[in-house]
Amino acid sequence: MDSEELEVLKMLEENSRMSNEEIAEVLALPVERVEEIVRKFEDERVVLKYKAIVDWEKVQEDFVYALINVKVSLTRERGYDDIAKRIAKFPEVHAVRLVSGEYDFQVVVRGKSLKDVAFFVAEKISTIPEVRDTFTHFVLRTYKEEGVNLFSDEEDRRLAFVP
Amino acid sequence: MRKTGGLPLSRRVAKRVDELKPSGIRRFFDLVVGRDDIISLGVGEPDFPVSWRIREEMIYSLEKGYTSYTSNLGLPELREGIAEYYTRFGVKALPEQVLITSGVSEGVDLAIRTLIEPGDVALIPEPCYVSYKPLVEICGGEAVTIPTIPEFKLTYEILMEYADSKPKILILNYPSNPTGVSYTKKELEEIADAANELDLIILSDEIYAELTYTGKHVSLASLNGMEDRVVIFNGFSKAFAMTGMRIGYVIAPPDIFAGMLKIHQYCMLCAPITGQIGAVEALKSLDEVDRVRAEYMRRRNFVYKKLSEIFEIKRPDGTFYAFPNISSTGMSSEEFAEGLLMKKNVAVVPGNAFGECGEGYVRLAFAVKFDKLKEAMERIREYVDEYGKGKG
Repeated sequence: MDSEELEVLKMLEENSRMSNEEIAEVLALPVERVEEIVRKFEDERVVLKYKAIVDWEKVQEDFVYALINVKVSLTRERGYDDIAKRIAKFPEVHAVRLVSGEYDFQVVVRGKSLKDVAFFVAEKISTIPEVRDTFTHFVLRTYKEEGVNLFSDEEDRRLAFVP
Repeated sequence: MRKTGGLPLSRRVAKRVDELKPSGIRRFFDLVVGRDDIISLGVGEPDFPVSWRIREEMIYSLEKGYTSYTSNLGLPELREGIAEYYTRFGVKALPEQVLITSGVSEGVDLAIRTLIEPGDVALIPEPCYVSYKPLVEICGGEAVTIPTIPEFKLTYEILMEYADSKPKILILNYPSNPTGVSYTKKELEEIADAANELDLIILSDEIYAELTYTGKHVSLASLNGMEDRVVIFNGFSKAFAMTGMRIGYVIAPPDIFAGMLKIHQYCMLCAPITGQIGAVEALKSLDEVDRVRAEYMRRRNFVYKKLSEIFEIKRPDGTFYAFPNISSTGMSSEEFAEGLLMKKNVAVVPGNAFGECGEGYVRLAFAVKFDKLKEAMERIREYVDEYGKGKG
């Protein structure tokens, strides 16, 4: 990957709403070159999706999130990847990660209510034959998401005129 | 009542201080006092907060009790870091040539006081930052200003026109506050040639070096034969947004360095330790500067595009300032700025605050969030449509 491609990726990661024209302006590249880079990364599934980070609490539409630590037992037929794929297919599941330490997977689940999430864990995840244990932690509040602080920005204390 | 001996104020205050002109921005300060509904493009200060990594370092240092003086010269690790950092602008400096000052302002003052004796001539291209001329005059020097309208740049020919004034120093700031113009290596070489012929010492204020959008910033001191003629000023206020920390530095030839150090130790002793510790961390956070530069560049492109639809304007090569020529509106700089503030709640600085030849221009700082900037550009357009004569 050359440095132009890397710069385009960094810009998109920071603000995916930037148009190709804007990126071209900032990086002083021809728009066609930026289009070519973006298309290439989309085709190669390097850029997977363009997404907004929403603070749902602000619009009284807060969802319930839970982090579920999952312990599994492996069999000759079913390894980590097979189990992870099975868990990942549920639309309620936001993230599945294989982690080191006491547990095998960390699963992030989103639901409309505590009950929703609790039922989902009890009925869909715990019942997978390889799953030995689940430990559910409900998220009480999110302060930072995907590198973005969700608390208010600091106020601008600058003077109105400075030489 | 305290006895003053019945003398008027002008007799108590030293004549050279009494005769200094107050900054042209003062009046505008008074106009905005108590108003919070304005979009200010009058602020020469980054709108990004200081990186949290830097703030954490400073907080920890306070917790650990780092509240003492440092050496007059500054923290050794900071001086080493700066010498290493400046190689990116082509300068091979030793840590022994680096003096940590309380902001660039102190550095410029030290250099002028070290070099200027009564009657000595300092060349100052205008429009320029507001401090240079008064600092020369305080020392009894003669500030000879060089109007650089409309290109805002010095050339070999322009400099040689001032040979008869027998100048001792030239104060150069690039990328420039307020015009945003900078110099290419070739253009700097021309200036270097003139400096050699005129035996000039150049005070090179490079505080906006990191905010260069056209190619890479080149330091004058990196050019052949210039290392003994150039005093470099830089600091942490603009690229790292550490304005209130007051940490600047100079890189100077040994004889000038020794003089500056003497004055520094008598008047300032040392720069604040907390800021110095923050600065050490700042030099480890250069990737954050890249992000900030990209954002300013995006705003520069936008502002330049919008303003050039209304005014004659040179595209800023660096800084976060644009300096459009507003004379087509039929208004003076002050009329324009005051009207824009009163009618449309947008604050800009009249160009004549940066020297007489800045009349007909205003300075806009695009160090505000993009949505505000968009709004400000719309209001300026409306203002010119409603109250000005318009372009051409």
